[in-house]
Amino acid sequence: MITLQEYLSVGALLFTVGLLIVLFRQNAISILMGIELMLNAANINFVAFSNALGGLTGQVLAIFVVVAAAAEAAVAIAIIVLLYQNLGTVDVEKARNLNG
Amino acid sequence: MSHLLPDILFYVFSALSVAGAVLVLVNRNPMTCAMSLVVSVLSLAILYLLLSAHFLAVAQMIVYAGAIVVLFIFVIMLLNLTDEELGRFRFSLFKTIGAFVAVATLLAVAPDIRVSIPAPAAGDAGAPAGYGSTKAVGKLLFGEFLLPFELTSILILSAMVAGVVLAKRELQPKKTHSLVDWLLGFFRT
Repeated sequence: MITLQEYLSVGALLFTVGLLIVLFRQNAISILMGIELMLNAANINFVAFSNALGGLTGQVLAIFVVVAAAAEAAVAIAIIVLLYQNLGTVDVEKARNLNG
Repeated sequence: MSHLLPDILFYVFSALSVAGAVLVLVNRNPMTCAMSLVVSVLSLAILYLLLSAHFLAVAQMIVYAGAIVVLFIFVIMLLNLTDEELGRFRFSLFKTIGAFVAVATLLAVAPDIRVSIPAPAAGDAGAPAGYGSTKAVGKLLFGEFLLPFELTSILILSAMVAGVVLAKRELQPKKTHSLVDWLLGFFRT
């Protein structure tokens, strides 16, 4: 029988993998994918708790998270395009002009 | 047998979802990464269906697999990046320590994920009719959550404007042409 715990475990696993992607990948596009995975991990927790508590509030909050993820992806991808136009690369290690 | 089907579906699609995420982590080709992201996101949509969040499952498919991943693929193909640049990993002492702490926290917390909610078990069987449908979610969205919903539209509008402004900005700003300049030039000729 699948209970809430299994869903929370899947969320924790996905969040950890997303965090590892953000830590270890070097190009900005992959880092953005890791952020999307972490948002998805939060979403599965929202939906699982919503189901377990019998309400729909968690699902509505998950919809808001999806909307925020879409807006964030649009702006971040515009920034990546701009980064490529300015530096000729999407390597986040190269974008250190503020570091001197 | 039929009461085992949701369990089997849960295990298959949660494994697929985590496997897709791991492939995003280890794969060098960015296009393969995007496809793995699609696998992970669609498996999560199936998990939402198992939790009887029908509207959210369809929204997940449309927004993630239909919009966000298309944006990713668009940028990957537009920028024409070299593979060796994209496949590079960065390692440093602090990041490795951070990764160890993250994984160790997961391993420490995972056995303790226990829930004290005396809940109906997750799954389609225990949910009342209409739970998670478009009608039920929409009533809540346009009733109790009306103000956040309308604020969301402002968020999307600002994101759209920001995307257009950022992507269209010229590297060397051109000489600005005001209406007065145009009129002066018009009368001079």
